[in-house]
Amino acid sequence: MVGIIGYGAYIPKNRIKTSEIARVWGKDPVNVEKGLGVIEKSVPSIDEDTITISATAAKYALKRAGIEPEKIGAIYIGSESHPYVVKPSGSVVAAALGCEGELRCADYEFACKAGTAAIQNVMGLIEGGYIDYGIAIGADTSQGAPGDALEYSAAAGGAAFVLSKDNKENIVTIEETLSYTTDTPDFWRREHQHYPQHGGRFTGEPAYFKHVGTATEMMMKRAGITPEDVDYVVFHMPNAKFPMTMAKKLGFSKEQIAPSLVVKEIGNTYSGSSLLGLTAVLDIAKPGEKILMTSYGSGAGSDSFYMTVEDAIERKRDLCPKTWEMVHEKRYVDYATYTKYRKKILMR
Amino acid sequence: MSVPRFWREIPYRYRLIGSYCENCKETFFPPREICPKCRRAGNIKNIKLEEEGEIFSYTVIRTAPPEFNTQTPYVVALIKLKNGPLILSQVTDCDVEDVEIGKKVRMVFRKISEDGEAGIINYGYKFVLAE
Ligand SMILES: [Zn+2]
Repeated sequence: MVGIIGYGAYIPKNRIKTSEIARVWGKDPVNVEKGLGVIEKSVPSIDEDTITISATAAKYALKRAGIEPEKIGAIYIGSESHPYVVKPSGSVVAAALGCEGELRCADYEFACKAGTAAIQNVMGLIEGGYIDYGIAIGADTSQGAPGDALEYSAAAGGAAFVLSKDNKENIVTIEETLSYTTDTPDFWRREHQHYPQHGGRFTGEPAYFKHVGTATEMMMKRAGITPEDVDYVVFHMPNAKFPMTMAKKLGFSKEQIAPSLVVKEIGNTYSGSSLLGLTAVLDIAKPGEKILMTSYGSGAGSDSFYMTVEDAIERKRDLCPKTWEMVHEKRYVDYATYTKYRKKILMR
Repeated sequence: MSVPRFWREIPYRYRLIGSYCENCKETFFPPREICPKCRRAGNIKNIKLEEEGEIFSYTVIRTAPPEFNTQTPYVVALIKLKNGPLILSQVTDCDVEDVEIGKKVRMVFRKISEDGEAGIINYGYKFVLAE
């Protein structure tokens, strides 16, 4: 079966506090913080974007995989903030990693679930016998319009995974994956528009909860499991409230979801969100444990994965920086610096 | 910088690929096609340089060319790579007062410059403080 032989995370070092954004827009910081469950979010440096975040996470993933970059047969990056509209992020990342020769490459888009879609597509190529190794990445440097509710949570980060088949190097084996998709207008961004639009309260029940809930229930049925059979559950994290509410609704405990909730301290990293939850879990999971992960992408759909942790995790996880370590390695920026970094100032 | 020139320089800008002369055992960065010491007697090969080093010397840029003026103040340093040559690089993600000669640094992959809002984005190596 296909598994993950290497994983890597990357979170930019800059943070802005929820209270600092609330101060600028004259909102009550305590209310906003409580409403979202997010106390601060990551902000990319002026020289960081989806390509640099992807390259860094993928470099760590390759190191943990322990294979030469030339062996990689495919590289797919899922993001809603590819720096170019035309010109793939993947080709730059491949060059930065030293992947050469026969290489499949394309960028994926499906709001916040493009990274998990990339994993599924690499799995298919490996199962089909087209490639031996492939890299799937989910990364974003997302923006909310100034003053919009999204501005409190839209953050930056990403995670990368090297996949392979029947490999004793497997960190996890992916037992099952499935997807659930409907046409739902909860969140969108048209071409040439800088900031996304969203359907306000419409984003909760008919969008996030319906898709994550349905895909997760479909997966439990397919795998023949109940919440008690799972050690860790990971959901897409647009804020801290949604995944916690989802976990409770489906019968999972706080202990099962807590290790993945990086959103509280870095915000919503979009395509990186559920995947950074997964890397946080991989940093602590023990061989034999079970992980259930379901992503969410507006528009709308969810990809669900059921995984078993393998022995190789023990000798690989310490090779690269861990996710919560990166969450805690930070420097604060104020709103003015943040607007400069995020190019929200109109320059001459 | 022109697009063709940047494209030719991708291996050394993205991955710190330098040159090594098997004759005089010297390492060069940026890479050379002919060993500047041995000339014809030299035997030049590509080599992946170490991504760790320490600050040999540095300067703080407070007045920058237009494409870098949103980044001021920033640090440009001469970095002595482990087992390698001195290279010139920006030190990013730090407060300028934290930079000191002798401090350990490691390579990161970052945006170097953008040719305006519509042009090509140039990527490459920079360094961050490793301690
Ligand atoms: Zn020589």
